[in-house]
Amino acid sequence: MSELFLTTKDQIADSHTLSVYRSKLQGYAGLERALTMTRDEVVDQVKKSNLRGRGGAGFPTGMKWSFMPKEPKHPDGSPKPKYLVCNADEGEPGTFKDRLLLNRYPHRLIEGMAIAAHAIGASRGWIYVRGEFYQEIVILKKALEEAYAQGFLGKNIMGKGFDFELSIYRGAGAYICGEETALLNSLEGKRGEPRLKPPFPAMVGAFGMPTCVNNVETFCSVVGILRDGPEAFAKVGTERSGGTRLFCVSGHVEKPGVYELPLNITLRDLISHCGGVKDGKKLKAVIPGGASAPMLSAEEIDVAMDFDSLMKAGTMAGSGGVIVMDETVCIVEAAARLLKFYEHESCGQCSQCREGSHWLARLFHRIETGHGDTKDLDTIARLCSNMAGQTICAFADAVTGPALSSLKKFRKEFEAHITGGCCPLKKPGQKAPHFLEHHDHVAL
Amino acid sequence: MILCETIKSKMEAIRSEFPTEQALLLPLLHEIQAKEGWVSEGAMREASEFLHLPLAKVKEVVTFYTMYNRKPVGKYHIQVCTNIACFLRGSDQLVACFEKKLGISCGETTADRKFTLSEVECLAACGTAPVMQVNNDYHENLDESSCQALIDRLS
Ligand SMILES: Cc1cc2nc3c(=O)[nH]c(=O)nc-3n(C[C@H](O)[C@H](O)[C@H](O)COP(=O)(O)O)c2cc1C
Ligand code: FES
Repeated sequence: MSELFLTTKDQIADSHTLSVYRSKLQGYAGLERALTMTRDEVVDQVKKSNLRGRGGAGFPTGMKWSFMPKEPKHPDGSPKPKYLVCNADEGEPGTFKDRLLLNRYPHRLIEGMAIAAHAIGASRGWIYVRGEFYQEIVILKKALEEAYAQGFLGKNIMGKGFDFELSIYRGAGAYICGEETALLNSLEGKRGEPRLKPPFPAMVGAFGMPTCVNNVETFCSVVGILRDGPEAFAKVGTERSGGTRLFCVSGHVEKPGVYELPLNITLRDLISHCGGVKDGKKLKAVIPGGASAPMLSAEEIDVAMDFDSLMKAGTMAGSGGVIVMDETVCIVEAAARLLKFYEHESCGQCSQCREGSHWLARLFHRIETGHGDTKDLDTIARLCSNMAGQTICAFADAVTGPALSSLKKFRKEFEAHITGGCCPLKKPGQKAPHFLEHHDHVAL
Repeated sequence: MILCETIKSKMEAIRSEFPTEQALLLPLLHEIQAKEGWVSEGAMREASEFLHLPLAKVKEVVTFYTMYNRKPVGKYHIQVCTNIACFLRGSDQLVACFEKKLGISCGETTADRKFTLSEVECLAACGTAPVMQVNNDYHENLDESSCQALIDRLS
C-alpha cells in the first residue's frame, strides 16, 4: 500500500472540525512551513512535486502558479489585486471526489488555498461550489468561521504579516460553470458562458484581475507537499505526474466509491481493487476519466491511469471518474444518455456546439430506438469533426469523446440497432422510459 | 415585497466579499428561492432594482441556471439523477416508480402541491447511485422500496 496524501486508511471521526484536523491530521503545518518560505520557493516546491491539476486538463500546478504576474499594475500605476479561485463545481458525470473532500477535509482545502494565495500573492479568494452541495456548503461555512477565528485566514495570518480573505460562492446548476472562464463569469453574477482565451485568467480573470483557478483536490494535494517536502509526493506516480489521486469508481463494480491510489495504477488493477465487475459479469467498456473521456473496451484496460498513458491510449485521465459498464449494457443507450446530457448543458454561445450537441443527441436517440439509418453513422462522424477544436471552450471536444469512441469501438452494436430496427439487448416492447420523449428540464 | 429586511441584511453582510454589486445576483436569487420556492417575474424586478441592474441582466441569469425554478414547485421537489452512473444502477426504474406512486410525469407537480418530480443531471454522488435530491438533501443508494417508503413518510 502506498502513502496516502488526501485520505486516511480508516476514517477519522469529525475530521471536518478544526480541532481534529489540528490534532490528528497535522492541520495547518503545511501553511506554517510555507509562510517561512518566499513565494518563489513555494512555487518551486510544487513544481518539484510534479503535481498536475486534478480538475480535468492535468496542467502542471507549479507552472500555472508561476504564470501569475508578480506586481500587476493598473494603467495609473496603482497595484492590481490578484485573486485565487477554487473550482468546486464538480459536475463531470462520474466524478464525486470533491464532495468527499469538502465533507471530510474542508480545512485542508482552506489550508491549500492559503498556501497558494501566499505563493501567487493573492489577497482574496472564492470557493465556487456547485449549488446542489447544500450540506457541503454548511460544513465549509463552519470551517471558514473556525479558520478566521483561529487566525488561519484574514489579517496577519499565523502572525506572519500575510493577509488573505476567503469566501464561498454558490453556483446554481450549470455543468459548464466547471469550465474555468465560465466559472469566472458566474462568480461575477452573470450567465456562465466561457470566455475567449487569450487573455488567460492569469492576466484577466475574476472581475478583470489576474486570477488563478484550481480544483479542490489540487489544493488539497498541495498541503502535504509543503508540509513534508515534494520528494515523497513525486516518488509516487510517474516521472511526469506525481502523487496519488482520488479515483471515483462507479457503475458495475462490486464496491463503487472514492479510492486514493497512485497515479500509475492500471485500470485493470483499479477495477479489481473495487471488487471487480459486479455479480461476476463480464466487462464491456470503461470510461476512464469522467463522461468526456473516450471509452475503452474490455481489451484495453491494461493501461496505467496517469495523464500521459491514457492520452497515448486515445483517451484521457480527466477528472478521475471511472465508469464501469458490464456486458448487459447497451452502448448505444449509454452514449445516448451522455449526449442528451451534453445537449442540455451546452451554453449555446458557439453554433457548432449548440447545433452539434443537439443533432448528436437526436441521432443517438434515433438509432437507439431503432429508427436509425446507416447514413447516420457517417453523419455522427461529420458532426463531430466540425465540433472538436472549433469552439470557444473545450465542451465541444468533450461531446465528441463518448460519441466517437462508442461508434468506433462498438460499431457493430450501432449497425445491429439499424438493421434490426430495435435494440438487440432489450426484450421486445421494452423501452427505457427515459427515452419516450425528450423531457424539457428547463420548463420548471 | 419579496425582498424583505432579512434578505437585504444578508446581502449587506456579504457585500464586501465582492468587488462588484452584480456578483450579489446569484446569492440574492438563492435567497429569494429559499423564501418563495421559486423566482417570479416580480421577484426578478425587485432584484434588478435592489442591485441596480437592468431587468434583462437578471432574467438572462435566472433562465441560464437550472436550479432557479421559474414556476412554483411542490413542497417536496424530488430530483432524480438519470445520468450515466445512476442509469447503470437503475435510475429509470426509480423514475417509473415515482411516476406511478405520485400519478404524475417528470416535470409535473401533484394536485395537492406536495410533490414535484424532475430529472437532474449528475449530482456528483455516482458512487452511491442511484441518487436523488429532495429539496436540499441527498438520498443515496436508493431502490424502489426506499423511494416508496420516503413518499409514504412525506405524504
Ligand atoms: C466543460 C468543462 C467542464 C469542466 N468542469 C470542471 C469541474 O467540474 N471541476 C473542475 O475542477 N474543473 C473542471 N474543468 C476544468 C477547468 O476548466 C480547469 O481546467 C480546472 O478547474 C483547473 O484546475 P486544475 O489546474 O487544478 O486542474 C472543466 C472544463 C471543461 C472544458
Ligand atoms: S450519475 Fe447520478 S450522481 Fe452522478
